[in-house]
Amino acid sequence: MASASAILAGLYLAVGAGTVVGWMTAMRVKMTAMPQMVSLFNGMGGACAAIISIVEYHSHPDGDAMYLLVVFLGLIIGSISFSGSMVAFGKLDEKIKDFSAKWLTIFNLLLLGVIICVLVVAVSSPAIFGPSVLWILLLLSLLYGVLFVMPIGGADMPVVISLLNSLTGMAAAFGGFLYHNQVMLTGGILVGSAGTILTVLMCKAMNRSLLNVIIGSFGGGGTAAGAATGDQVVKEINLTDAAILCAYASKVCIVPGYGLAVAQAQHICHDLEKQLENKGVEVYYAIHPVAGRMPGHMNVLLAEADVPYPKLVEMEDANGMMNSTDVVIVVGANDVVNPSAKDDPGSPIYGMPVIEVWDAKNIIVMKRSMRSGYAGIENPLFFHSKTKMLFGDAKETLQKLVGEVKMT
Amino acid sequence: MVYIVVLSIFLGIEVISNVPAILHTPLMSGANAIHGVVIIGAIIVMGHARGDDYLALSLGFLAVVLGTLNVVGGFVVTNRMLEMFKKKK
Repeated sequence: MASASAILAGLYLAVGAGTVVGWMTAMRVKMTAMPQMVSLFNGMGGACAAIISIVEYHSHPDGDAMYLLVVFLGLIIGSISFSGSMVAFGKLDEKIKDFSAKWLTIFNLLLLGVIICVLVVAVSSPAIFGPSVLWILLLLSLLYGVLFVMPIGGADMPVVISLLNSLTGMAAAFGGFLYHNQVMLTGGILVGSAGTILTVLMCKAMNRSLLNVIIGSFGGGGTAAGAATGDQVVKEINLTDAAILCAYASKVCIVPGYGLAVAQAQHICHDLEKQLENKGVEVYYAIHPVAGRMPGHMNVLLAEADVPYPKLVEMEDANGMMNSTDVVIVVGANDVVNPSAKDDPGSPIYGMPVIEVWDAKNIIVMKRSMRSGYAGIENPLFFHSKTKMLFGDAKETLQKLVGEVKMT
Repeated sequence: MVYIVVLSIFLGIEVISNVPAILHTPLMSGANAIHGVVIIGAIIVMGHARGDDYLALSLGFLAVVLGTLNVVGGFVVTNRMLEMFKKKK
């Protein structure tokens, strides 16, 4: 039998442990790993909400229908958010591979249907399942969370993170209903609605509906189309020529992608920008709304490297400036500069707004290899007549390029 | 209570529409930290548990730890990101 003071001590201990661990991980995480971190913390919140429902039901299994509905909804949404976030974390960290199949889509819909049916029965006539319904719902929801994030491809990941975030918000709001606690209610709903709007905004940025993101899994069809372009010729450029091209341009645009982040090359990118400015070249960055692995991720990385805020140009404005741009340097970006999105109705990313780099006079693409991007789609830009490839690690290549620019 | 719900929804929409896309990452992680208010629920659950109900107590303990992780981690991460934007001014 634990006394009241022992419980209180346990409470302090829990808060203390959570604070220390949370603080340490948050201080250590690299800016590139931010999306994983956010999903991890988000999952913790979801788990917390689910556990509240479990304990609540365990202590008072005999409430009225309204009470049961709130408890069960908190449990379902919390656990979907938890397991979904864990899978998202694994996928972003590249520990878990994408897995998609036609049957999975159907199975997921069925599973969701079953969850709703069990919920309705459990609320309207609690006697049918008895107290074990809690565990049934918990298992089904955890499974659904895993299976629903599993097939979602890389390009759609930012949307999913934002969606999971708003789910946890809703789970917190149900906790607020349960305890008539206004702070939880306000906070939860605030995050829930903000997250939902953000999710919708991002879907718009990719010209797809939310339903399409969740149901239609991404990145499957493109591989077959890619084979046809395999025999096309790629033009390479050497460092000196690339440096001369940039140094004698009047306007240069840098399109950063996740590759830049992985190589931790944002600081050298900033160096290149400064060197070019010294030569009187106007430099700006074109940022795609879903560049990186979460909305606004690229801006954070560049801000970390002290790139001045006004140099970061959003996609629409950047597209307007492309015609007057002499050289576009694409650093580790792929899907966000894919012309298929504009002119190939068969491409899985058709309709997604992209940075129209091909309107510029010259394109230099820095890339490690000819491998396709995170979404697994072939990019015809690499075979474009204006494009010259500069192969190598983004950081090394940029470093050498900075040196070459200095000498010209 | 209904008023609170409706007003919170509007507040959420307002917040999003007034933040530029450039700051969406810190915004999201900030929102992530805010829904850490579930910790209040976790504390209530643990506080209400009977002294001999060890299942409730241990689950409550776990919930409080996870909730704190969410709040503290979320805010620290957000702060780190915002610091970087601040320097430039």
